[in-house]
This record gives sequence, structure tokens and C-alpha cells, in this order.
Amino acid sequence: MSVLGQYLFNGLMLGVIYAMVAVGFTLFFGVLDVIKFSHGDVLMVGAFAGLAASLGVMHLGVESAAVQLLAVVLAALCVTGLLGALIARFLILPLRKAPPLNTLLATLMLGTVLREAVRLFYPDGSNPKPFPALLPSATLDLGGLSLRSDSLIILCAGVAVIVGVHLLITRTRLGMAIRAVAQDGETARLMGINFDAVVLLTFALGSGMAALAGVMNGLYYNEINFNIGLLLGVIGFAAAILGGLGNLYGAILGGFLFAGLQVLGSAALPALIPDIPSAYRDVFAFAVVIVLMAWKPTGLIAEKSSERV
Amino acid sequence: MRLKHTLAATVLGLAGLASASPALAKDVVKIAFVGPLTGGVSAIGLGGRNSADLAVRLRNADPASKYEYQLVTLDDECRPNIGVQVATKVSTDKSIVAGVTHFCSAVAMGTVGVYHRFGLPVVVWGAVLPEITYGNDYKEVHRVNGTMINQNQVAAEFMAGQGYKTWAIIHDTTDYGKGHNKYFSEFIAKHGGKVLGTFGVTADQQDFTTELTRIRELKPDVLYFGGLTPLGVRIRTQMEKLGIPAQFEGTSGIMSDAYIQGVGAQTAEGSLAFIEGAPLEKLPGGQFFSEQYAKNKYGEPAEAYGPFAFAAANLIMDAVEKVGPDRAKVRDLLNATSDADTIIGKVTFDDHRQNVVPLVTKYVVDGGKWTIWEDSSYAKGDKKLAGK
Repeated sequence: MSVLGQYLFNGLMLGVIYAMVAVGFTLFFGVLDVIKFSHGDVLMVGAFAGLAASLGVMHLGVESAAVQLLAVVLAALCVTGLLGALIARFLILPLRKAPPLNTLLATLMLGTVLREAVRLFYPDGSNPKPFPALLPSATLDLGGLSLRSDSLIILCAGVAVIVGVHLLITRTRLGMAIRAVAQDGETARLMGINFDAVVLLTFALGSGMAALAGVMNGLYYNEINFNIGLLLGVIGFAAAILGGLGNLYGAILGGFLFAGLQVLGSAALPALIPDIPSAYRDVFAFAVVIVLMAWKPTGLIAEKSSERV
Repeated sequence: MRLKHTLAATVLGLAGLASASPALAKDVVKIAFVGPLTGGVSAIGLGGRNSADLAVRLRNADPASKYEYQLVTLDDECRPNIGVQVATKVSTDKSIVAGVTHFCSAVAMGTVGVYHRFGLPVVVWGAVLPEITYGNDYKEVHRVNGTMINQNQVAAEFMAGQGYKTWAIIHDTTDYGKGHNKYFSEFIAKHGGKVLGTFGVTADQQDFTTELTRIRELKPDVLYFGGLTPLGVRIRTQMEKLGIPAQFEGTSGIMSDAYIQGVGAQTAEGSLAFIEGAPLEKLPGGQFFSEQYAKNKYGEPAEAYGPFAFAAANLIMDAVEKVGPDRAKVRDLLNATSDADTIIGKVTFDDHRQNVVPLVTKYVVDGGKWTIWEDSSYAKGDKKLAGK
């Protein structure tokens, strides 16, 4: 039982990070019908910005973990928010009239540029970097199930962020504008909505979420490297597709589902078939995604054009 | 004014002399260096490149050398497909006489055939899979570092000697990780050790919580990891998160400063690794190498395999000095290497052109640094390994 609980908890931790990445993909697709493949690498840039901030704060002689954490989160949010808006302004918007494949390729290449830039220009960037443990690390032992307080905090923070974004989109004026643009950009313009500003804000919002996911990833594993964005990006994208691209709930569902598949693949596969090592978990998870996509091509929660974002 | 003219003329004349002199001087001989310069294990690749470069620089600074050497550096990204492309490029370039090649075993396995086909003599500087030299009979392929057989034999004997009884093994599913798993499992069984569970993982996996949750239930004394630094860092960190008290035992694959930096000195404390060859600081040439390396101000540390790359480059240049820049002659001379003095000790190639390394050195992280076991506070009894 305790093992099962531990697996469940591991899955939830992965799921919340995947869901945050997937929500970004869904936001971008919902608003502009674009697939931004550099999303995973923006996440990585956020994590590195956070790491740099924590080192900077430590250099100033501030030992307090709370101050460091604040600096990490702020730096990650600001850098990636700005980066996201810049990408939208100078790459996505100019390519709006081009075939969607061009945007996809351009952002794919941008991802490589970001990844290699961090590797080359961040000091010693090709090596894995330790990410500071800034959260209290007490261990709660619930009958063999060991939950660490930092993991719990990360989980709660992730859920809070997702709920926050959901409220922002459904309950605020900005959210209404985003939904309006998502539904029909032209009509939204006619209604007096500043189209460009909404697009930039949406990209800043999605990228900021990715940065938070990156920071959470760093706090959870206490290690980041220039390569983390690649797989997280692909998984986030798969999760968004699985749930139904353009649908917020779909992305969240997809994220948790994918994490569940991964945990199932690495825990159950070797137990059922002894010759299959847990290395096959991604093969298993992605194969199931393919089957699910064949079954429901528009995603588990099918997108209705009136309900985008 | 006149003085100015004279000065200018002199400067021009000198410049002319300087630019003319290489043409009069030595022939240029090209040597290739191939290793992982980007990607997860690039720290070791860059250290190896710098070390080979150091060997070339020192040789070029030596007035007694007959040729001017030039190092052609190429990146195999630790990926077999890229490795084969790069190997083909190097082998088909007739101006390259020999190569110092590969840290990653999976890559070396893919490329040895290419070198053989094109007749390019190479000296492997870091890959430890036995089959690279023993799995074929290619006269072109030499290796200065030892194999994982010696390494795991010593590792198993040492760990059993420490009184550990049970193991869990995580290894990456490349030839490299599988080889480590195979040889360590064999040797540890001979010493009465019991392997409770073996977990094959992909070489770029991020999350190990599922495997580690299972391992926590198995309660092994030791977690053996057969793989490279990036994975080692993640596994060691996540072990800590899940509260697994087992001793962490790695291989030469995690023996890098990047491991300690990645894990953090506190968590890395007590991690074990094994590497072939005598410890650098105990060799007569070790001091010299470290000094020269520091003097040339390279951006990256030499890492554990730098000295092997340095020695490999020197063996090649020694051969070129003797027989000239001819691939076949260099190959034959390298084949016959026996008791050659290098900074890693005496090098002798056996009938499969594998250096007969008599020694494997045990390392432990002690106070944030890889320390030779015998010199560590652990051996002295001031500190204790996990579970002891």
C-alpha cells in the first residue's frame, strides 16, 4: 500500500509539471493557432534565470531561503515573460500569414538556439547544475510512505498556479479578452480589443508558467541542465494534444494522464514482463498516446471552436 | 622623420621574416581528436580535447621535433550515428595521419570498423567497453585506458571486502551501461554478493523516482550505478529525496568534477568510483601535466580522462617522429608499443592492442573532492561509508 501511495505521489509530482507545460501549449494554440515548439526551452531558460538569480542573491550575502526563493521566482518569471512576449512579437506575429508549418519550424529552431545559447554562454553550461534546495525539507512518514514537505509545497504551488490561470482566463477582463481573441481575432478587434497586446500578454503568461514549471522541476530534482526543456517540451505537447489542443482542462488532464502512463510503464511493465526494463516507460507512454489519438483524434476533451482556451 | 622610416622598414622586414619562416620550417602533420564536445558528457570531452591539445602544443614548442603538429578537433556528441559520420570524415581526409578517439563506448563500437576500413590508426582515450579492442581484430584500433572488466573486478572485490552483502543495480541501456551491469554482476556473485534488482534506464532519463521507490522496498546495502555523470547526478540526488540510505557506488563514468558540482558536495560525500591506471598525482609525469595544464589556462578542467588523451596524442606523435607521417607505418609502430613511458605510466599493447593496465584506483568523495581511497578519511576510519 505504501509503495502504491509513493507511486501515486511520484505520478502527481510529474503530472503537475507536465500539466503546466501543456497549458502553455494550449494557450498559444487557442489564441493564435500556432504550435510553439520552443516552449520547453523557454522553460529551461526560466530555470537557469532562477538559478542565476539565486547565485546572485547569495553573492550579495543574503542567506535567507525565502528571499532567495522570491528572487528565483521573480527572475524566472520576468525573464521568460519578456522572452515569451519577444518571441510572439518578432517571430510568431510576423509569421501569422505564413503557412503554420513555418511557425512550427521557426520555433523549433529557436528552441535549439536557446538551448545551445545556455549551454555555451552560461558558465560551464554543458554540465548539470545543482539547483539550491530552498524549501523546508522535513519528511512526513505516513506508514512507510515518505512525503517530503518540499515536494508537497511544490505540488500545492503547481495546483495553485493552474487554478490561478484558470481563474484569470474565466473571471477577469484580460481573460475575457484572451477568450475573445481565441474565438475570433478579427471580431475581437472590431470590439475594441487590442489584438497585439492580448497576444503578447498570452505568450508572456504561457511562458511565465513554463518558467514556474522549470523552477519547480529544479526545486524537485535539485538539478537542472540545458537539455531538460527538450523532453519536457515534447511531453507537454503530447499531453496537450492528448487532452485536446486548445482546451485548458484537456491540457491538465493530458499532463496527469501522461505522468500516470509513465509511472505505470516503469513500475508495472518490468513486474509483468521480466525482460522489459523500465527504460521502456517512454515507449509505453507514447505508444498509448498514439493509440488514444487514433481513437480520439481531436483529443479526450474535444475542442469546440466556441470553447477555446 | 628618417628615423621613423627606418623603424617602419625594420618592422616590415621583421614581419616579412616571421611570415616567411613557417614555409622554410617543418612539415605540418595533422592528428584528429574526436570526443563528446557537446551534450551531457561534454565536460569530459572538453577536458580530453584540451589535454590532447596540450600534448600538441608542448610538442610544437619542442625544437627537437621534426614536424609541426596540428590537432583537428571533432565532436561525436556521444552519439553513435554522429560518431560514424565524424569517423568517416576523419578517415577519408588523407592529410590526417592518426586519431585520438572517443570517450563514449557506444560511439567507439560504431566507429572502429570505419577506421579499419580506411586504415586510420587510432588510439582510444576513454571508452571502456572491452569489445572495442577485444571484439575485433582491427590492427588500427589501440586503447591506452583499461577496460570495464578490470574496473568491475576491483570494484566487486573492494565492496565485498567492505562487508556489503546486497546490491541494487541501475544501468543505462547502451552497450556501456549494459557492459558494466554484466561484469559487475558476474564479479560480485563470485564474491558472494547478492543482486536484489536490476534496472535498465534510458541514457537521458530525468525522473528515477519509480525505479528508486522499488529499490527502497528492496532495501539493498549498496546502489550500483553503471552509467555516465548526468544520470549519476540525477540518481544520487533523487536517492536522497526518497530517503534511500544505501551506499552509492559508481564507475569511472561518474568520476568527474561535474558529478560533485551537480550533486553538491554534501550529498556527493562518500560516493565511490573506480578508474583504471595509477593516480595521476602519484606518477612522475602527473605533476608536470597538471602544471602545464594550469599554465595554458584552459577554460575547462582536464577531468579524469584528460591524461589518457594526453598520453594517446603523445604516443602518436612519437610514432610520427620515428617513421614519418605515414598511416601504415604509424599503425605498425603503435602496434608494437611496449613499455613506453607516458604520464599514465608504462604503456604496453597486448595482441589486441589493448594497454595492459596493471592497476585500478579506487576513489571516494571526501570533503567535496575525489580522493584516492587509501588517502581518504574513510580508509583512516575518521569517516564511514553508508551503512557501516
